[in-house]
Amino acid sequence: MIAAVISLGGIGLAAAVALGVAAKKFAVEVDPREAAILEVLSGANCGACGLPGCSAYAKAVVEEGVPANLCSPGGQATIEAIAAIMGVAAEAMVPQVAVVRCQGDNRKAKNKFHYLGLQDCNAAQRIADGPKACPGGCLGLGGCERVCPFGAIEMTADGIAVISRDKCTGCKKCVAACPRNVIAMTPRTATVHVLCNSHDKGAVVRKYCEVGCIGCQICKKTAPGAYLIEDFLARVVYEEEQDAAPGIEKCPTKCIRDFALGYPEGSSFKAAESRPEPEHAA
Amino acid sequence: MQLKTFPGGLHPPDNKQWSAHKPIEDCPLPEELIVPLGQHIGAPAVPCVAVGDLVKRGQVIGEAKGFVSVPVHAPTSGEVIAVEDRPHPMGRDLPAVVIRADGEDAWGDLPAPLDIAAATIDELRQRILSCGIVGMGGATFPAHVKLSPPDEKPIDTLILNGVECEPFLTADHRLMLEESERILSGIAVLQKILGVRQTFIGIEANKPDAIELLSRACADLSVEVTPLEVKYPQGAEKQLILACVDREVPSGGLPMDVGVVVQNVGTCAAIADAVLRGIPLIERIATISGPALVEPKNLRVRIGTPLRKLVEVCGGTRVEPAKIIMGGPMMGMTQLSLEVPAIRGTSGLLLFTADQVSTRPEGPCIRCGRCVRACPAHILPTTIAAYARLDLFEEAEAYNALDCIECGCCTYSCPAALPLVQSIRYAKNAILAKRRKV
Repeated sequence: MIAAVISLGGIGLAAAVALGVAAKKFAVEVDPREAAILEVLSGANCGACGLPGCSAYAKAVVEEGVPANLCSPGGQATIEAIAAIMGVAAEAMVPQVAVVRCQGDNRKAKNKFHYLGLQDCNAAQRIADGPKACPGGCLGLGGCERVCPFGAIEMTADGIAVISRDKCTGCKKCVAACPRNVIAMTPRTATVHVLCNSHDKGAVVRKYCEVGCIGCQICKKTAPGAYLIEDFLARVVYEEEQDAAPGIEKCPTKCIRDFALGYPEGSSFKAAESRPEPEHAA
Repeated sequence: MQLKTFPGGLHPPDNKQWSAHKPIEDCPLPEELIVPLGQHIGAPAVPCVAVGDLVKRGQVIGEAKGFVSVPVHAPTSGEVIAVEDRPHPMGRDLPAVVIRADGEDAWGDLPAPLDIAAATIDELRQRILSCGIVGMGGATFPAHVKLSPPDEKPIDTLILNGVECEPFLTADHRLMLEESERILSGIAVLQKILGVRQTFIGIEANKPDAIELLSRACADLSVEVTPLEVKYPQGAEKQLILACVDREVPSGGLPMDVGVVVQNVGTCAAIADAVLRGIPLIERIATISGPALVEPKNLRVRIGTPLRKLVEVCGGTRVEPAKIIMGGPMMGMTQLSLEVPAIRGTSGLLLFTADQVSTRPEGPCIRCGRCVRACPAHILPTTIAAYARLDLFEEAEAYNALDCIECGCCTYSCPAALPLVQSIRYAKNAILAKRRKV
């Protein structure tokens, strides 16, 4: 009994000493700034910076001089904190927000067929290019909702994705998940968007969607410079300063929307006054 | 006697009695034929005619591009009125040549018939390629590729697939009964190209007349007719090989890995036409059937004939069809409209009424294991489908998702109406996409 205690205890002690020595001897030097940056990052590991996770970004900032303004979930506060740690001037980031360029839910847009299969946009898209008649319309099966790390996307009861501009941090995960390229990144300052992704001619769009862009050019004529028409689809010129929402009320299909005036009807989101801090992963 | 078969599978009601006794009829020519340029697995053909051109029956209108590709021929004589994207049975718009038939149906210049004994193997292969022969069981894989195995894979066995295990379909059955001499000539060509020791014709036991007829016809040849158990998917390539010669194609392998080449009997007949008569693949036999149809028939259909024409020839519909399937009900493709054309892979056209279409919402998996018992590939459909749903594709791959032959037995047998085969397909696609990227 005594022998067992002594021998086991001895082995334990020896191992503890060996581990302690090894930890000191083989310790990896970590730049304290790296740890400090990791502390101020959002911790969402969302990849919006273009690097695989927050620790990789922190390392890249310290070791490779990668710009400090790439963490879109963190926003301006994080940029300033990183700049302070690195002792450089904080550069302003153009905050981005994702926009679902479609309003054609199951009431307003037609389906080619009744889809009963796997409830996932990518799986549905593989069957005859998806059930929605519009080749660019939201399939409404929530592929983007499932990948959003911030819970910023909700599907409405009528089957269309709506992005909460308050919760969206611009990480682009939903953009990559959407098989139909419905979601686009836009400058957060721009609140006017064309909510359509169909490049079909107006007569074709009219057949399958009540609220699709028909490329009529009325918006472009009403507000020269604010819109472009490419392949029968209007697009907001985001470089231009947007004061009001030019041409919105003239749009015959109501596919231009100003998010400053609230979320589309039927969506579960309400426009909030201020943007809350994004939730940080513990 | 115990019939040969494979483990797994199931037997859905086959409904072949509707059309099995109907002799093959020629479908009249439609006014316009829509000939898609992609009717096979592989690179689509490149159009070599322009709007306004007059074409003759059998003339090349699309040239093959790449090794896994075949040319496309004009199914009749007439004027090219469009070369543009048209609705395709795949469900999207794809490039097609539209021909307005002149009614004369005049043949163009056909290549001279080849003498099987005198022609070289390369000449025979080249003829099969230039006549656009693809697998006519529905998968439409170019035949010349299958018939060009690399030297390190010696082929000793040829298996003719006359199983036709899909419910409703009777096109191959009628072909075997009515045109067995075409099949036998095709076998001679295939035997010469491959230099095989043994040849089998696999036929399900529910076609006793075809088994008897071909057995008699093959009595003097070194061809063995093998009656097989009536079971789906008995006609799947790997399952057919296991049943006929008891060889298992390894995971990720091809039939040539076990020294076998499988060809559908329809393909075999088309090969005979190409070699012995110089006729390209411009028509096929298809079964038009289903409870929504007035009179089910087996039709000889020109490629490019709109499906609406086929339905008209069969007396139209009794009720508005709720679901239209091109091919068999297990693996066929649902069609969105009858305006799409029949293509080389159109083995059937089935019209179902609303009460025959299951629209049951999916329920929870009750772990009954019916899908596992039914799976002829011996994988775990329920496990792989669950991983696919969570986008855990590495795990799905570890459970051999890529061995799935997409026969649909799992989905058919699932009491919870889970979209199992679709989930596995989705996982397979993601795994293969990742492999291509790496």
